[in-house]
Amino acid sequence: MPKGLLGIEDLDRTEIEAILQRAGEFQALQRGEFRRLDTLKGKLIVNLFFEPSTRTRTSFEIAAKRLGADTITLTAAGSSVVKGESLVDTLNTLGAMHPSAIVMRHKASGAPHFLARHLNIPIINAGDGTHEHPTQALLDARTILDHKGRLEGLRVAIIGDIAHSRVARSNIYLLSKFGVEIILCGPAPLVPPELARIAPGVRIEYDMREAIRDVDVIMMLRVQLERQHETSFPRDEYFQFYGLRLEHMELAKPDVIVMHPGPINRGREISSEVADSQRSVILNQVENGVAVRMAVLERILGEA
Amino acid sequence: MSTLLIRGGRIIDPWTRRDEIGDVLIEHGKIIAVGGQLSAPGAEVIDASGLVVAPGFIDLHVHLREPGMEHAETIETGTRAAAAGGFTRVCCMPNTCPVNDSATVTGYILERAERFGLVKVHPIGAITIGTQGEDLAPIGTLKHAGVVAISDDGHPVMNARVMRRAMELARSYDLPVIDHCEDLTLSAGGDMHEGVFACRLGLRGIPDVAEDVMVARDLLLASFTGARLHVAHVSTRSSIAMIAEAKRRGVSVTCEVTPHHLALTDEDAVPYDSNFKMKPPLRPREHVEALRQAVAEGVVDAIASDHAPHTGYQKMQEFESCPFGVIGLETSVSVALDVLYHGGYVDLIRLVELFTAGPARVLNLQDAGRLAPGLPADITILDLEREWIYDVNRSYSKSKNSPFHGRRFRGAPVMTIVDGRVVWQQVQQPAVHGTGASLSQGRTTAA
Repeated sequence: MPKGLLGIEDLDRTEIEAILQRAGEFQALQRGEFRRLDTLKGKLIVNLFFEPSTRTRTSFEIAAKRLGADTITLTAAGSSVVKGESLVDTLNTLGAMHPSAIVMRHKASGAPHFLARHLNIPIINAGDGTHEHPTQALLDARTILDHKGRLEGLRVAIIGDIAHSRVARSNIYLLSKFGVEIILCGPAPLVPPELARIAPGVRIEYDMREAIRDVDVIMMLRVQLERQHETSFPRDEYFQFYGLRLEHMELAKPDVIVMHPGPINRGREISSEVADSQRSVILNQVENGVAVRMAVLERILGEA
Repeated sequence: MSTLLIRGGRIIDPWTRRDEIGDVLIEHGKIIAVGGQLSAPGAEVIDASGLVVAPGFIDLHVHLREPGMEHAETIETGTRAAAAGGFTRVCCMPNTCPVNDSATVTGYILERAERFGLVKVHPIGAITIGTQGEDLAPIGTLKHAGVVAISDDGHPVMNARVMRRAMELARSYDLPVIDHCEDLTLSAGGDMHEGVFACRLGLRGIPDVAEDVMVARDLLLASFTGARLHVAHVSTRSSIAMIAEAKRRGVSVTCEVTPHHLALTDEDAVPYDSNFKMKPPLRPREHVEALRQAVAEGVVDAIASDHAPHTGYQKMQEFESCPFGVIGLETSVSVALDVLYHGGYVDLIRLVELFTAGPARVLNLQDAGRLAPGLPADITILDLEREWIYDVNRSYSKSKNSPFHGRRFRGAPVMTIVDGRVVWQQVQQPAVHGTGASLSQGRTTAA
């Protein structure tokens, strides 16, 4: 199996540190005058998005272009997938065009892992179902480092629909590898007890005020109505019990930062006052998306 | 050849608890004599020294896919796989296309089995029309046409009132009701056991309680109606405990366990590999251990493979889109020998009982499951020490969806005899020196 990036769970700490370090070097490049590198000149990267995406798709494209690669972006809506082609056949077809790597997002957990077993092309997971979203966790870690200077010893609360969140899983795997204390919080049906056993250092708290007490970082998750297969919590009381509001902020550490993978639902999981406050680093996350994805692409395709 | 002498084997017959070295004489497809040194001038002789000679093995839960899904399996290929797995009889579930909910389909299956079946085939009829769970199938007519039980396997009857009526009828016709116990409202959308591994993989879970709730309902209904209930593929600790308790109270209940639920845990599944996707799902270690103990204690009546062929392209999809089910006819006996017998859970008589007298009693088969003069000469011969590695690509089944590909086993069937005719025998192969993972040595791992 060629080297790709399927998830954080299988990465070791050294590898994560190397990516974060390199992403830090690319940050400067972002802010200054635009300069295109030719590290990946002549490489062809196919972005294959079977699910809608704005942030991830755009930032993968920008990252590839800044490294000098050629990119093609396909979405399911305009492809042979709508004609009933199977996933394997779609990928085999693309594989026959010999891209250097495939960046893919898919609604099924494990879809990229399944393909990686059958294709001889590096696959980069841009989000698979409710499983992992590795580059999101990397950019979140980069953002925390920018503000806190370290990961070790921090206390991080992740609040919302954890069960259906690939962002939460990747963040849990990553932060756990660095000894972060992780508190998961949300309505009980969306935060099943076995989540506490997926990585060391994780605990569950159903009272939001307890969850954010003395934390360094609050990660809010989007309420993913499209992934709800059932009525697992009373929708109308969500904000009252699990929506982040200004009054909560004094419970956390004074220099707490608030993160959100986007897109945010104002008034559903986060109040506008918090989303727009000084504590919010949501736009830094987006900015870091490009730097982190450059580091990932360079690592996978750079040396070859 | 009309006369066959099986010489010098270790004869095991759980029905009479016979365990002795001796001969078995067969004439015109029937057993003539069992035990001692027999002589039969001119007979064809099978030297069974060092081997175990047992009544023909019965698998009471398979899917042969015919009619309607012949791309995945046929009665011909499925019964070949059965013969190669040591089975002389198989019972096929009704979820074909069309469903076996009429005498016509039952008759078709029996006719095809007569022409193309390498081993004997007993159809199981549907409980409801089309296994839709609403209107009862013509259960009496099905019985007359030749079904040995009724079941809506795979599409369990959710409506308790319908199940009650089915049990009342089944009792009056003396047919067992086989239920695949799954509360579909609790399991809906799940792909593997609901636990820490499903959680890590981001897959939706099938909780053990989805099975337990239905087992509880069925036991209460069986007690209420007096019907014979057979619980298919029990996979949880609570379900097996409830069944044991019901048996103690005298409820007419039997149950089966599959080899994969005895050998594998949810942790053993290769992530997103659909060869490990089945219903009920593979469960955690504590459930597997409870099932093994229940087998040892006699709570479990039979081992059944739930052989469920699916073609390659059906299993080559996103995990959540793949159908449930794995094949198992050719590995069932070896898994049981390896895990249960060599693993020290059961003695040889008990092991053989799970494939012979056990299932014969469940289905009330009068002419099967034991060795006695006058009965059809259905015989399975085992080599307890044979070490081998399963290669699914050499399977007789049309489908290759097995979780045991590449596994090393200790113990195997080596010959299958149906009505006095050798329908399959193990071709002698050089001793195995491969590196396949062994089931009896601690935790199983992917080879």
